[in-house]
Amino acid sequence: MINMDILSLFIVVPALTVLVLIFTKNLKQARIVALAGSLVQLGMAINLIFSYIKERAMNDAIMVFTKDVVWFKNFNIHYNIGVDGISVALLLLTAIIVLAGVFISWKMEDLPKEFFISLIVLSIGVYGFFISIDLFTMFVFFEIAVIPMYLLIGIWGTGPREFSAMKLTLMLMGASAILLVGILGIYFNSNADGGALTFNILEIAKVNIPSDVQKLFFPITFIGFAVIGALFPFHTWSPDGHASAPTAVSMLHAGVLMKLGGYGVFRVAIFLLPEGALHWSWFFIILSAFGVIYGAFAAIKQTDLKYINAYSSVSHLGLVLFALLMLNKTAWNGAILQSLSHGLMTALFFALIGMIYGRTHTRDVTKLGGLLKVIPFISAVYVIAGLASLGLPGFSGFVAEMNIFVGAFQNDDIFYRVATILAVSAIVVTAVYILRVVGIMLMGPVKNEAYLTLEKVRWYEKIGIVLLLLPIISIGVAPLWLSELILKSLDPFLRGVL
Amino acid sequence: MRQEIALLAIIMLLVIAEIFIPKDRKVSIIHLTIFLFGIHTIVGFFHMDENNLFGGMFRTNHLIHFFKNILNIGVLILLLQSADWIQEKILNQNKGSEFFILMFSSLLGIYFMISAGDFLMFYLGLELSTLPVAALAAYETMKRISSESGIKLILSSALASGVSLFGISMLYATTGSIYFNEIVQMISSTNLTLLGMVLLFAGISFKISLVPFHFWTADVYEGAPISIASYLSVISKGAAVFILMILLFTVLRPLAHIWENMIYMIAIATMFIGNLFALRQQNMKRFLAFSSIAQAGFILLGLIGQSTTGTATVVYFVLIYIFSNLAAFGVVQAISLQTGKENIKDYEGLYRTNPNLSLVLMLALFSLAGIPPVAGFFGKFFLFTAAASKGFFLLVFLAVVNVTISLYYYLLVIRAMFLRKGDNPIPFFKNKIYMRIGLVITVLGILLLGIYSPLYDYIYELSSTFN
Repeated sequence: MINMDILSLFIVVPALTVLVLIFTKNLKQARIVALAGSLVQLGMAINLIFSYIKERAMNDAIMVFTKDVVWFKNFNIHYNIGVDGISVALLLLTAIIVLAGVFISWKMEDLPKEFFISLIVLSIGVYGFFISIDLFTMFVFFEIAVIPMYLLIGIWGTGPREFSAMKLTLMLMGASAILLVGILGIYFNSNADGGALTFNILEIAKVNIPSDVQKLFFPITFIGFAVIGALFPFHTWSPDGHASAPTAVSMLHAGVLMKLGGYGVFRVAIFLLPEGALHWSWFFIILSAFGVIYGAFAAIKQTDLKYINAYSSVSHLGLVLFALLMLNKTAWNGAILQSLSHGLMTALFFALIGMIYGRTHTRDVTKLGGLLKVIPFISAVYVIAGLASLGLPGFSGFVAEMNIFVGAFQNDDIFYRVATILAVSAIVVTAVYILRVVGIMLMGPVKNEAYLTLEKVRWYEKIGIVLLLLPIISIGVAPLWLSELILKSLDPFLRGVL
Repeated sequence: MRQEIALLAIIMLLVIAEIFIPKDRKVSIIHLTIFLFGIHTIVGFFHMDENNLFGGMFRTNHLIHFFKNILNIGVLILLLQSADWIQEKILNQNKGSEFFILMFSSLLGIYFMISAGDFLMFYLGLELSTLPVAALAAYETMKRISSESGIKLILSSALASGVSLFGISMLYATTGSIYFNEIVQMISSTNLTLLGMVLLFAGISFKISLVPFHFWTADVYEGAPISIASYLSVISKGAAVFILMILLFTVLRPLAHIWENMIYMIAIATMFIGNLFALRQQNMKRFLAFSSIAQAGFILLGLIGQSTTGTATVVYFVLIYIFSNLAAFGVVQAISLQTGKENIKDYEGLYRTNPNLSLVLMLALFSLAGIPPVAGFFGKFFLFTAAASKGFFLLVFLAVVNVTISLYYYLLVIRAMFLRKGDNPIPFFKNKIYMRIGLVITVLGILLLGIYSPLYDYIYELSSTFN
């Protein structure tokens, strides 16, 4: 019985955390409560991985730990949850990043209670999104995850925060509004085989939705999700949003929130509308490949650390969409791994940038220099994260990109091969912008004498960093267990695209 | 008929109370009214009426009865929210009980209007529901702007009533009857009938403030006392939506293929114009006026999906809309009463001084914007579902574009309250007990009406008997 509700706890625990947070009085209480809540959450996520592996050994269903409660019976809306290998991995990622985010925000002076409440509400949305099987519930959680961003960036952000917050919210909510049309389109065609109308993803996957309907609604659904996955040319919210957001929010945003896009594209657009995917994949491959290259080149031109990372995210996440559209298992495996590894890396990057900015009060690369001498811990980790990001073997990024390119190259068609080669070339560019930053910012003489007395790294910052660094290395060194977790869950998706 | 008699009894009681309660104890009239109307509201939920009276002129069924209950709740919340305003500004002018009597008369008119079984009763109800509100709009006689809004309302609504009466007469001319159930058998799409239908529609659209019959809205809302603005935007509009639905789904059902196109175009125009005009508003009342115009456009999406689902979603949405809009108006009322400030700019930094009020307003605006998990999201999603079920995907697409536009201006208010610190924020103040109860009820409604699904199932059941 307890095992049955193992997933609902992912919503209940943060909801309780929020409830307790409402009654906290100051920063000290608020951060303790938030920390306790996210620790429990991380424990649950780790526990879930083990229970999932155990359950998977004896259960062949697409989703396990399912629970189904009728919600609105006239629309056949259910509160229906379950997980497969992909979602458990993403849940763990979320739990890690939320916890690291709480540590990084340890000194949040301004309205701390409200900050942690918004942060945790956002995580409720993300958790709920990853465990939903019902399209309606999924959509509800999607919007719950997006809207706290407005307050998080708007209240605690820096720079043109009001503008960035508004731009981000409107673009993401606009995308979700378009998504709503796509969801309704899928819903009203879910009875194509004579059954009842349903929002249940697993049920719809069995239905043969008419081909012209699929071709109509695939791009709508795809774009609806892909905007949050920073699909070119709808990525413009992301650099501005990242640059203005406070550190923990950037981490959560790039690390987790943008993953909703890839996951939604995979779980809804490709899974439910496979014929549409086959029909449209060429078009979106061009867009995403362009995004990969464009993001990498844009990152070269930037001097603001956060902008560099934001564009690098556009590039890396473009690769996720690119791989998903290749419609084969190896590439998909790579896409999921890339989501995870990018989530950890970017979160780490943003955490480090936050620490550097907190000490030097500038994010301009050209004004920094020789940081390795004054804050060695942060700088060393920055180098490691950079190497992981450019896909050095031994880190998670390599495993992911290897899978993606091998998978993508499996398509015989000349179009796919050319697109793949172009996308691969972006890796070289990645090396350029990362090594450039490392060279200018970390090496060389200390440019500003004020930097000689920079504060040493604090214990809570170290914990946050280690939390993110450990999985990056462990995925890189031993990727097989994770690949296995994911690969087994990919078979159902092959149904329509073979 | 029970509810009508009960309300009439309350009005009579108030007249008597006004005579016998001495001048220095007039405050007790407020308590008395809220008490009586509260009981009236609660009693309404027990034993639903279902009958036909006066040879079919007056009829009720469970859905109509339920709708009167919804309106009762709305009026009750409104009374709670305006109690302080009446006590402070109106009682000393010695017109406290008249306020209630006028408002209840208008509500009585609404009862008759939505219970009407023929056009005579409908027209009587329409007039009775409109005229007292014009008097109420001009209630702050010391303010020029209030009188102006009263005059504007009475002139334009008289014209609207006249137009719909003209339309009714044409329907009578072609079908030979004023009874709904006879007209529906005789009606055919001749030119004269269509003209009659359009004129009738125009008259009702005026009350819902659909584009292009919306011009009075912002001016009247701005000038009228806030409780009357919220009465107009919530109660009066809700009732008009309901009567429009009854007319379209019963009397004019044979012409559905024609009015469908009409609704389609008007829905698009209303959503876009309401939203685009709301973008630049500085005054909260005008802002809410345009927002409520846009909301009316969304409601039409439920009407176009004419079916049990359509009916149920419209009723459900109106119920949620009542709570959301009353919450927003309630906060505006509270702030205006304490400080006299009504501009969005004045709200800057409100969260840091009055966190509770800001949260209420934020929830209300999220609900109006349709953001989960608050109720407004469910209302809108279901409306869209109703329209999509008839295949109007393009209309749904335009509607979601509008949802995004509307989000922008709702966020502007939230920006003022939460993001900005403000040079001169409104200082902390405590609301009186009635206002607090009123706001708490609305917040509970906003939080619970959406997730609590049995409510929708119940409305759906009622609606299935209606069609």
